[in-house]
Amino acid sequence: MTRLLFSLILFSGLVWSYPGKAEISIEITKGVEIAIPLAVVPFGWEQPHQLTVDVADVIQADLSRSGFFKVLPERDMLTQPSATEQVRFRNWQALGQDYLVIGKVTPAMNKYQVQFQLFDVYKGEQLMGYRMDVTQSELRSAAHHISDMVLEKLTGKKGVFNSRIAYVTTHKQRTGKRRYQLKVADADGFQPKTIAESSEPIMSPGWSPDGKQLVYVSFERRRAAIYLQTLASGKREKLTGYKGINGAPAFSPDGKKLALTLSRDGSPDIYVLDLRTRKLQRITRNYAIDTEPSWSPDGNHIIFTSDRGGKPQIYSIPSTGGRATRLTFSGDYNAGAHYSKDGSQVVMVHANRGDYRIALMDVKTGAINVLTGGRLDESPSFAPNDTMILFAARQGGRSVLSAVSVDGSMQQHLVFDQGEIREPAWAPAL
Amino acid sequence: MKISIFQIISVSAALLLTACSSTEEKNSSLLSGPQGQPVDSASTNSYQNGQGVTGTEFNQAGRDLMPAELGAEFTDPNNPLSKQTIYFMYDSSLVQQDFIPVIAAHAQYLVANPGRRLVLEGHADERGSPEYNIALGEQRAKAVARMMKVQGVAEAQLDVVSYGEEKPGVEGHNEAAWQMNRRVELIYQGQ
Repeated sequence: MTRLLFSLILFSGLVWSYPGKAEISIEITKGVEIAIPLAVVPFGWEQPHQLTVDVADVIQADLSRSGFFKVLPERDMLTQPSATEQVRFRNWQALGQDYLVIGKVTPAMNKYQVQFQLFDVYKGEQLMGYRMDVTQSELRSAAHHISDMVLEKLTGKKGVFNSRIAYVTTHKQRTGKRRYQLKVADADGFQPKTIAESSEPIMSPGWSPDGKQLVYVSFERRRAAIYLQTLASGKREKLTGYKGINGAPAFSPDGKKLALTLSRDGSPDIYVLDLRTRKLQRITRNYAIDTEPSWSPDGNHIIFTSDRGGKPQIYSIPSTGGRATRLTFSGDYNAGAHYSKDGSQVVMVHANRGDYRIALMDVKTGAINVLTGGRLDESPSFAPNDTMILFAARQGGRSVLSAVSVDGSMQQHLVFDQGEIREPAWAPAL
Repeated sequence: MKISIFQIISVSAALLLTACSSTEEKNSSLLSGPQGQPVDSASTNSYQNGQGVTGTEFNQAGRDLMPAELGAEFTDPNNPLSKQTIYFMYDSSLVQQDFIPVIAAHAQYLVANPGRRLVLEGHADERGSPEYNIALGEQRAKAVARMMKVQGVAEAQLDVVSYGEEKPGVEGHNEAAWQMNRRVELIYQGQ
């Protein structure tokens, strides 16, 4: 048995103990057995008022979510040191811990100073120690940053805890009308902000490579149109509003072009829009459905969904146009494909006999590996470090965002307490 | 082996100042100012822009007409005009035999009333990829529009829009709900 099933470890209790922001809880439904034992001690804080963020709690959640660590529950700690001289390494050895994170938060002018240290428990040695000054609203971000540094130090992998995700939520109002909201949140689902909303559908958010802009489809005028919105200013621009479909916008890796789907010339086809010259180039010409373009990391190819062979399958075409070649041959249905950042894998929605799941295709061999076991899994998006895939799923009656590790061994849900949550898009790492 | 806390701090402070200077930009952007802010101000801004971002209720084609406003034949269950939804099979935009008389009746009505305009709203069930479902919804609406044009309806009377899986007519996550959601809705427009 290589997999250990953590049966629904609910973090919601922790989540709700902090004011305001939480509309999400995290559940780890599937964990790995070969994880590094590590303890994150509650950070020292010697002021009468409560801190709004439990820094150690955020780090614990991040590191256990990564799948690389088995985090020691706080109740099992014998002591809770926050300074080096308080650490008795023998205690942590006895608890079977390989690594130990301690730290403290102290007020500094109008800011907070967050200090942390990472120890190798067996060598009794400090591996890393940092201090950073942050404002109150940056405390969560500081905690994610610490998680990133610990992960990179111990695994060599770049952390993505400080990255963000975009997604669309839908909920029915009392009037029976739906409300569609485009949101941006931390990668753990916290601090969600609505950046656009409408009573008509909003779809297909996609990030610019610099993470500063989002493209999306909005039906606010009861016509599909593609918008480009700058996060910092909230300003936006309508890029296309042709007759028919204006859909599936995707930035080229250099950020200069946008691949998209238009049906203005008949059936849905792939086009490339030059964002500087505003010139539009038609890439596919086919009576069938061609949609969901996504660029190869080198920008030379665009992969897309087409039903030209009868059923939706993934095809590839040079990004300047040319001959399309079919990439997928197994399964009744393959759609919504995206390349990993390193270009070695393609993730897609893969259906066989009515179950829609997330699958990875090895680009070299064409072999398909189904990662998830849901019935309605869709909209996969790679983490910026290629270690995880975020997607939309259904758990019982609930709508959830799920993340699965690329080897399929670890899976977790971000559970929203109301409404539908769909079309997650993981922002690039900055 | 043991290092005192003072050494640690001075070492780490030095690290932050020197070794970290290459990552300084990244760190500062992650931990201060421009990183956290953008989303904040975008949200504020989008709220301020009200009209711009929160577009609602605006209807280019006109007002959706209820069956009762169109005439008695639209509310008579024995009249094919009372049926204003065409249902489809899974991943198909082929019009099923049962609905051919319904489409023909609406086509006749439109030919007889050349001032009337009709929006054909294409929809799909929730399964699979949202953008593929947009394309599928459009193909369904276009299949119905094509049949109407063959029967003499003017191009200018018809308008096609696909909502894919974004506006399910029926909530639910089973075949019964999906059947009801794979559809084209015929929505007449008034001033």
